[in-house]
Amino acid sequence: MARPVVTRLVLWGALVLLLALPPLVQGLGADFAVGVATRVLIFALVGVSLNLILGYGGMVSFGHAAFFGAGAYVVAILAQHDTQGEPLVTWPIVIDGTQSALIAWPAAMVVSALLALVIGLIALRTSGLYFIMITLAFAQMLYFLFISLRAYGGEDGLSLFARSAAGPLDLADDVHFYYLVLGFVLLALWIKRRLVASRFGRALRGIRDNERRMQALGFPTFRYKLAAFVMAGAVAGLSGALIANQTEFVSPSFLDWQRSGEILVIVILGGMGRVYGPVAGAVAFLLLEEVLSAWTDHWMLVLGPILVLVVLFAKGGIWSLIERGETTDG
Amino acid sequence: MLLVLEQVLNGLQLGVMLFLLAAGLTLVLGIMNLVNLAHGSLYMIGAFVAAGVVRVTDSFLLGLLAALPAAALVGMAVEVVALRRLYTRQHLDQVLATFGLILFFNELVRILWGPRALFMDVPHWLSDTVEIVPGAPYPAFRLAIIVVGGAVAGFLYWLVRHTRLGMLIRAGASNREMVGALGVDIKRLYTLVFGLGAMLAALAGVMAGPIYAVEVGMGEPVLIVAFVVVVIGGIGSVRGSLVGALLVGLVDTLGRAFLPTLFRAFLAPDTADGLGAALASMAIYVLMAAVLAWRPRGLFPAHG
Repeated sequence: MARPVVTRLVLWGALVLLLALPPLVQGLGADFAVGVATRVLIFALVGVSLNLILGYGGMVSFGHAAFFGAGAYVVAILAQHDTQGEPLVTWPIVIDGTQSALIAWPAAMVVSALLALVIGLIALRTSGLYFIMITLAFAQMLYFLFISLRAYGGEDGLSLFARSAAGPLDLADDVHFYYLVLGFVLLALWIKRRLVASRFGRALRGIRDNERRMQALGFPTFRYKLAAFVMAGAVAGLSGALIANQTEFVSPSFLDWQRSGEILVIVILGGMGRVYGPVAGAVAFLLLEEVLSAWTDHWMLVLGPILVLVVLFAKGGIWSLIERGETTDG
Repeated sequence: MLLVLEQVLNGLQLGVMLFLLAAGLTLVLGIMNLVNLAHGSLYMIGAFVAAGVVRVTDSFLLGLLAALPAAALVGMAVEVVALRRLYTRQHLDQVLATFGLILFFNELVRILWGPRALFMDVPHWLSDTVEIVPGAPYPAFRLAIIVVGGAVAGFLYWLVRHTRLGMLIRAGASNREMVGALGVDIKRLYTLVFGLGAMLAALAGVMAGPIYAVEVGMGEPVLIVAFVVVVIGGIGSVRGSLVGALLVGLVDTLGRAFLPTLFRAFLAPDTADGLGAALASMAIYVLMAAVLAWRPRGLFPAHG
């Protein structure tokens, strides 16, 4: 599939810019920008995961922050048990805490995937508005669960003493961490491109457009949707593990419903069902937030109406603007 | 036993407040097919206007009388300016746009009234307690909420079942195009229904004022619970909302009151309190998941 000129130019330009960003901003003396960019990339990653089920599967999950927050908590809880020297579980087997990224991050993905499996099994029985509300309800359940876990900070949250240890990489170094996150985002985008073009991806889009027809064609649509839901949960868990490392702090606010709303906004703003849409959405949304909050304390007064306008007048999001250019060029 | 009675009354009181919010939500959902997350903002606006007026005039009634039309006006203005364009859109678009409205209203209220929570006193003529059964005093204000809520439920039943407006509302819920084709000014009907919903939300907000803090963001937690009520009751059904609201109010209140004690029977006090509190705050969501697993369209699925 040859991509049209404009899209290709934008993609390669973005890649070069992202790779060159740390030396570039450090040369300008704006080191903090590396942290901001890392945050943007992490939200791009969670956006990519939501886009799989929202954009390609047509499942409007209003509880995606649950998987994001659960992943973050897995890393933080394991780290706390490690520093306090208490095992996490003593029965039936002893599980010790850990600060190793090689163990904690996959654990975050597994826990989030399992959560997604359980939630998906129930939520995917419903559709439409009921699905929106039941995913929200499950996220709220987890939110209140973490608030009531006093051993892990309750409402105040939990601080990490250090970022995870990852072999030769020094994650305490913002630049190392940035490149690692960028690597994850690129990997996720690559996998997603393959996935979307595969038989599985086509079936998923078919289900989005007409589930009954896909059933009639003999596809086990429930299992397809559940598989996508679990994959999205796992990747969101990884994003959560990353955000816990970036902020070195987790709290229940990581999985409150406004966070779920923000992730939705990132996907819609960028362009639903476009592989690179969530990246564009994360850049736009978080930079808008940065710029507006630097300009006025009351930035939400501006952001809110912008969201309304985007929904009303910019269907298809940012990515469709980029692709619109291609019809004239290619 | 008296403790149980008191908690049941508390549960009813919470249920009635939830019903006031859920009634507006379910009407707007059933008739206009609009998911309005900003409904909680109208609840907040009602509470703030009332708290502001009470602070100046020291009269709860004046506060109430100011808050209801204020919220109705804001609601109708929002409907005309923004939400009207969303009726034919997907739920996803509606969720996003009204999410944006929440951000806007929260910030607006923060600018107008400041970031700190306001406190509203219980009106002095309701600050006593009433003995429903001998030896069980219950705050008159909370009792008044139950009475007002019951009256509103009765009024809504009458409105929807026995008036021309209610007939149009029911007709609109089952077939919008047909109602329009029969010459009803459907746009005005929608704006009117929206104003009615806004007023009910504001009423809930004003009554919540003296019980909970009046603060920015107060609308969202209660809104989510109201959505749980709507979904449990069945979208579009006012009767379902009433049943759902009372159910949710009772489950939540009784869970918070008695689950920790229950767990203490067989767990260490510390663990029991933690687990009990956690389960109590999750109980209504468990209830909703159970209801949806059993009846995916809620208890009283409305037509359409």
